[in-house]
Amino acid sequence: MIVASSLSKRYPGGFEAVKDVSFQISAGQMVFITGHSGAGKTTLVKLIASLERPTSGSLLVNGQNLSALRRSAIPYLRRNFGMVFQDQKLLFDRSVLDNVLLPLQIVGLPRREAIRRAQAALDKVGLLLREKAKPIALSGGEQQRLAIARAVVNRPTVLIADEPTGNLDTESATEILEIFAAFHQVGVTVVIATHDQNWIARYHPNVLRLDHGRLL
Amino acid sequence: MNAWFSQHKAALASAFRRLWSTPLNTLLSLLVIGIALTLPAAGYLLLDNLRDLGSHATGVQQISLFMTLDASKKDVGDIEAKLRSVASGKWKFVPKEEALKRMQKSEGMADIVASLPRNPLPDAFIVEPTNTEPEALEVMRKEIASWPKVAHVQLDTAWVKRFDAFLKLGKLALWMLAGVFAAGLVLVTFNTIRLQVMAQAMEIEVARMIGATDAFIRRPFYYYGALQGGLGGLVAAVLVTGGLSLLATPVADLVALYGGNFSLRPLGLAEIGALSAAGAFLGWLGAQLSVSLSLRKFD
Repeated sequence: MIVASSLSKRYPGGFEAVKDVSFQISAGQMVFITGHSGAGKTTLVKLIASLERPTSGSLLVNGQNLSALRRSAIPYLRRNFGMVFQDQKLLFDRSVLDNVLLPLQIVGLPRREAIRRAQAALDKVGLLLREKAKPIALSGGEQQRLAIARAVVNRPTVLIADEPTGNLDTESATEILEIFAAFHQVGVTVVIATHDQNWIARYHPNVLRLDHGRLL
Repeated sequence: MNAWFSQHKAALASAFRRLWSTPLNTLLSLLVIGIALTLPAAGYLLLDNLRDLGSHATGVQQISLFMTLDASKKDVGDIEAKLRSVASGKWKFVPKEEALKRMQKSEGMADIVASLPRNPLPDAFIVEPTNTEPEALEVMRKEIASWPKVAHVQLDTAWVKRFDAFLKLGKLALWMLAGVFAAGLVLVTFNTIRLQVMAQAMEIEVARMIGATDAFIRRPFYYYGALQGGLGGLVAAVLVTGGLSLLATPVADLVALYGGNFSLRPLGLAEIGALSAAGAFLGWLGAQLSVSLSLRKFD
């Protein structure tokens, strides 16, 4: 469902974060993108999630070529992805529930239905009882779980996470990865960028190893 | 359709919440917009009242039609029929006998009138057309002058023209004033929205990353601008109405001294609606410009 061929991303200024990368991710796969820091993991994740546009090469998502997509079509493509960022990007001026509601408001779901689905998503990550709290009152692990709830509430076909366990202790990190594994089990394609090698032995994912922007 | 409706409802609600959440800022913005709209609105009302006063002033928009001395009763009937077919408005027939009687009543005229061998006065009509535009009056004067047995048609065009020119000048000045204040209103909204976009940078960034369209991101700001402008228009209506009610008594006193019958006309509901709509449109315009510029950095 995601096919990259000779994919490159050069940032203004000339730095080439991803160089001539080709790979294929099938529906329902769990894929880890690993590599040392600065290897291009974040850029590759952003390319897959259509947050960045490739400089050259092609990236097909569900048969749509991202490089050829009109700017106005990109928001609709992004709705196929659930994104979890390393820094979570939660909105601290609104409640936990309202954070999860945002993706549903974007697609224009009626409020009652949206609340029902947001609560279901919060339940899945074990935060239903905290729905009225502000994100600032949550622990690091809880904030990451909130980010996951927001990413999955719209029932995306692909769940993409960038260093989701980066700032967490081992126990919280395990919880987070268990949640991803659970989504993988129900058929969601999961792509996780991480520099942490410990998880590979445990989940036997497909691994894309990056080094200085190239695939090893 | 349902999604479209619920998104608009949500955007409107969010605009209301934002206005409500910063009451002091909102109040100040509304006052600035309200005051900016008050001046042109008050000017408009003043001109309109003046025009009203002008059209009420008697003897100004009258056409006097004097018939020839040899005109018969039948000729008078013909003229009356013609007036009925062309003239919109009222007219009054003044027979020569009545004119003479009136003259006799005037101080010191009785002897002179008595010494006359015959009545020197003609039959006359006094026409008050409904359309008092100077051009229309002039057209009507020419038309009447061409009728048979009409000796003279008198129209005090100079006064009408002067008054009309004054009103035209006032109108132009008013439009210029309104243009300047409209630009001010757009700028005020521009700045408020720019600050809003900055304050909500995180929200905009996140919404974009999870698939919000441009329209979704812009919509609450448009509603905010339009709401702020529309409410500002209502503030202006309140200010104008308040100012007018303060003026009402002195104006009535003044008019009474001149023995006139005139009272200031307040803003009508339709005008209040138009004022609010104009404010809303200008607010929307300011939001549109501001959002287009401010959102560039999120691309």
